[in-house]
Amino acid sequence: MKLKGKALRLPVNDNVNTDYVISGRYKFKITDPKELAKYIFEDIAPNFYSRIKKGDFIVAGENFGCGSSREQAPQTIKAAGVSAVIAKGYARIFYRNSFNIGLALIECDTDSIEDGDLLEVDIKDGTLINKTKNVKLFTNPIPPVMRKLLDDGGVIRHFKKHGGFKF
Amino acid sequence: MGKGKTIAEKIFSRHAGRQVKAGDIAICNVDFCFGQDGTSSIIIDSFKKLGNAKPFNKKKFYMVIDHSAPSPNMAVSKIHQKMRNFARETGVGMYDIGEGVCHQLIPEEGQVVCGDLVLGADSHTCTYGAINVLSTGVGSTDLAITLASGKNWFRVPETVKIIVNGKIPKGVYSKDIILHIIGLFGANGCTYKSVEFYGEAIESLSVDARLTISNMAVEMGAKSGLMKADKKVLSWVKKHSKRHPRPIKADNDANYIEVTKLDISKLSPQVACPHTVDNVKSVKKLKDIKIDQAFLGTCTNGRLEDLRIAASIIRNRKIHKDVKFIIAPASKKIYLDAIREGLVNTFVTNGCTVLSPGCGPCVGTHCGVPADNEIVISTANRNFKGRMGNPSSFIYLASPATVAASALTGKITDPRKYL
Repeated sequence: MKLKGKALRLPVNDNVNTDYVISGRYKFKITDPKELAKYIFEDIAPNFYSRIKKGDFIVAGENFGCGSSREQAPQTIKAAGVSAVIAKGYARIFYRNSFNIGLALIECDTDSIEDGDLLEVDIKDGTLINKTKNVKLFTNPIPPVMRKLLDDGGVIRHFKKHGGFKF
Repeated sequence: MGKGKTIAEKIFSRHAGRQVKAGDIAICNVDFCFGQDGTSSIIIDSFKKLGNAKPFNKKKFYMVIDHSAPSPNMAVSKIHQKMRNFARETGVGMYDIGEGVCHQLIPEEGQVVCGDLVLGADSHTCTYGAINVLSTGVGSTDLAITLASGKNWFRVPETVKIIVNGKIPKGVYSKDIILHIIGLFGANGCTYKSVEFYGEAIESLSVDARLTISNMAVEMGAKSGLMKADKKVLSWVKKHSKRHPRPIKADNDANYIEVTKLDISKLSPQVACPHTVDNVKSVKKLKDIKIDQAFLGTCTNGRLEDLRIAASIIRNRKIHKDVKFIIAPASKKIYLDAIREGLVNTFVTNGCTVLSPGCGPCVGTHCGVPADNEIVISTANRNFKGRMGNPSSFIYLASPATVAASALTGKITDPRKYL
């Protein structure tokens, strides 16, 4: 599966928490992910939603998605049209939540990626090409369990398809 | 490399029905699971998407209405109604408004005992590590899978051992110890890892105080923050639960990815400064930071001894005229005990606002959202920008003593002169 889009950088690089992805004051009021998406990253980057074009990537540093367990965080990212998050690393609850709902997370050294760079990611073989800079980046392979969940279209479909977990 | 096992490896082995070690993927039986009003709506949706699913055990799943309770608006009321209806339809457990914060209720009500594996759709589920429970936070869909099957999959974590030695100085509490540790390790310091806490400082603490430490293990990324089941833990668990505890000890030759020894005999009260929990400083270094609001409560520090400490500081003194001091007991039981002991009388008489048991203003949905540029000192576990509902406000985290002392002076204050 090849994904193509531009890199979107946030004013915060490391430890982007799930409160920043979608604030608690919205997640209690709004249950429709598409509606929630309008407020994505609002507390750290007002009007961020208007910058997103379908297929774009959120690019960040270490420990993306730390903090609260809210599944609304990956849901909102997905509903906003983002095709994958690319970061140096992820907090564990967010990591599980994302693959559970079918949002791909790519792990790699993101220092060289700048806001607006055009990226091409092949989820299958793990290649990431920065088209703007014309460089290929090394990504950590997606672990087999997460690949399986992603290939099956999330944990619910996986669970129904196999009548339980099958890794 | 030792052949022995950590607490996490043993608890996952027990629940997988086979021997597993760090790095393995294990499918495990879960002893208890729950959601709260910020996560249960999606649990219900995901559970229904599984098609013809039934709760694996009606007594082992609870929903807790605590994050936004009582409801501040129609949208939240609708979520609460959905939870109540689901509980009625399926017969699963429910703690409704006024009962308290999930992480206080679940151990206090005896739902979990030593050696259990527990999942909660809330990141601070790691709290029960203090009573030797491997409990960890997951998202709503993960929880729905467990609700339907009684199981989930886990990557068995590596373990970091933290030994906290030294006599705890006066005015320093378990909150200061864990803030100090988070400051050292950083927000990403234990990501994916299990932490085991040991040492004479930990042993000297009450079980309630230990819960504060395990509660915040997730603030450095940890999957769990475990402690051993000593006599204090076993008697606490027996007092609260009819279930039989099955404590787990780490082997002497267990493999740790990292071992850190700390001496806290000279530690001063600690404060986490805006906007990250690992931005920790000694209270002595924070001069003349005026506060507009003080908040005592939450799953971190809303327990009876926290209320006692705060009451002892403000008794016969006046809250600063420019400070709003908001207090939320962590459970109904704590609230009633605080009334019996006269603590609530002290709070209300001295100008504090006491809320019903629950999360209070911690998550920014109601009951004390700060105004622009306002500064809050809080006993909660998160100070992210916007956490309390306003991205233009500033949140400092500290112990109940530091929060109470600051409410008296109107600025961030070392509590030691009031003890």
